[in-house]
Amino acid sequence: MQASNIKLSRRELLVMSAASATMMAMPAVAGAQPASAGRARAPVNTPVALRVNGHLHELELDTRSSLLDVLRERLQLGGTKKGCDHGQCGACTVLVNGRRINACLTLAVMHQGDEITTIEGLGTPQRLHPLQAAFVRHDGYQCGYCTPGQICSAAGMLAEIEAGIPSHVSADLEARPLLSAAEIRERMSGNLCRCGAYANIVDAITDVAEGRA
Amino acid sequence: MKSFTYEKAQSPAEAAAAAARIPGARFIAGGTNLLDLMKLEVETPAHLIDVNGLALDRLEPLSDGGLRVGALVRNTDLAADARVRRDYPVLARALLAGASGQLRNKATTAGNLLQRTRCAYFYDTNQPCNKRVPGSGCSALEGLSRPLALIGVSRACIASHPSDMAVAMRLLDAGVETVKADGSRRLIPIADFHRLPGDTPQHESALAPGELVTAVSLPPPLGGKHYYRKVRDRASYAFALVSVAAILQPDGSGRVALGGVAPRPWRLESAEAALPLGARAVTEQLLAGATPTQQNAFKIPLVQRTLSAVLAEAQG
Repeated sequence: MQASNIKLSRRELLVMSAASATMMAMPAVAGAQPASAGRARAPVNTPVALRVNGHLHELELDTRSSLLDVLRERLQLGGTKKGCDHGQCGACTVLVNGRRINACLTLAVMHQGDEITTIEGLGTPQRLHPLQAAFVRHDGYQCGYCTPGQICSAAGMLAEIEAGIPSHVSADLEARPLLSAAEIRERMSGNLCRCGAYANIVDAITDVAEGRA
Repeated sequence: MKSFTYEKAQSPAEAAAAAARIPGARFIAGGTNLLDLMKLEVETPAHLIDVNGLALDRLEPLSDGGLRVGALVRNTDLAADARVRRDYPVLARALLAGASGQLRNKATTAGNLLQRTRCAYFYDTNQPCNKRVPGSGCSALEGLSRPLALIGVSRACIASHPSDMAVAMRLLDAGVETVKADGSRRLIPIADFHRLPGDTPQHESALAPGELVTAVSLPPPLGGKHYYRKVRDRASYAFALVSVAAILQPDGSGRVALGGVAPRPWRLESAEAALPLGARAVTEQLLAGATPTQQNAFKIPLVQRTLSAVLAEAQG
């Protein structure tokens, strides 16, 4: 066998295989014909302009595309993870207009004009977001798969506390919410960590919340 | 997921007309429940009408002292509103007991009312389910029924309504404001909004084809002490096995509604006269005629104990 001098990173290889898989799934003609119940329905494509991490992307998308799939498969922003794809695990958490949501449970076509921030837009390897630095410092993960979602969720969550939004464990609905561990745990319950790094995650978030990061 | 065409609604009346006119059309707002079901092909709309652009996301005071909640007010924003926290704490508590922070940021007031059941057989397209495929049978009657309903049910369906918010809305006697396909408007009392399954569990609300919820109006504040006590399998981010919403007045009178036990928020005004007699008397009346399965019979004593705890806290 001839040795190849083409070197591919794991990420590039994954991107290439994802692209070829996408092409396989594409019909010969993807026209915007109306769907109708009962018969096999042709895919419906529509133009969508998405602003992600400050960059505007003009895309042609199948109406079915979740925001999560577009971020990962079309924009190659693989930081946002697909865990359950049903809003149960939080791995896909991103910020839309500053608020945290599950990117798997929303259609990309519904986000024209929104400001979308993913983990890639929060910080970079050279300039970590304080939450990223705190997760590293406190070992707030093992495998790391839930981490981007945990960090985006924590960023949204801290803004919610800052805005005075109460939680299920807030004793007084009308008082300013506390920055206790119980509050952080309750507010982060939409983010699962199968490695069970919860104690360190709470410590990392607490550091940032208290301005120690 | 089945493919679908998509439009952004221009006005509530146009959205309602389009929904009635286009076969297989559905409204989409937060989408947190609908998209979940579309991925599983439990829901297969041919056309989605995105109502998010309609200016139905405001809270405004009503002339009678009540509060109008726009259909698109997100669960987070409703729970965080100062008037809701002060005057309708049972509603804020119910909202905060439901879902996760991410979902509450997206989920809307009207969408929450119209949530579908989380019965496992409704979700599993390989199993018979009268709600999903009318006439196919109910797998839950002889199957996994622990989380399901025990009163207001039928031989066709024992699905429970999953919402926490709706229980508080029922307790408060909210009104559901709608616009119909012909442009006319009406107000549906929350007590009449959710239907019991009977022989047609696929029909879950009083809404006509195309009819769009535009707001939920809350009557003037009732005062009293407000409680929403939810019992579930884990401390956060789980549906209720049982929940008790209550407003209790200093003179011992009050209101009680239950979640997790019926196909709709469960309230019997006649049972509330028994409040001075205690939790057992109220529970006996609220759940008279219940037909639990072996797996969910535990909910009857659980309702009584949860209500008992609420009454004790109110007296404490």
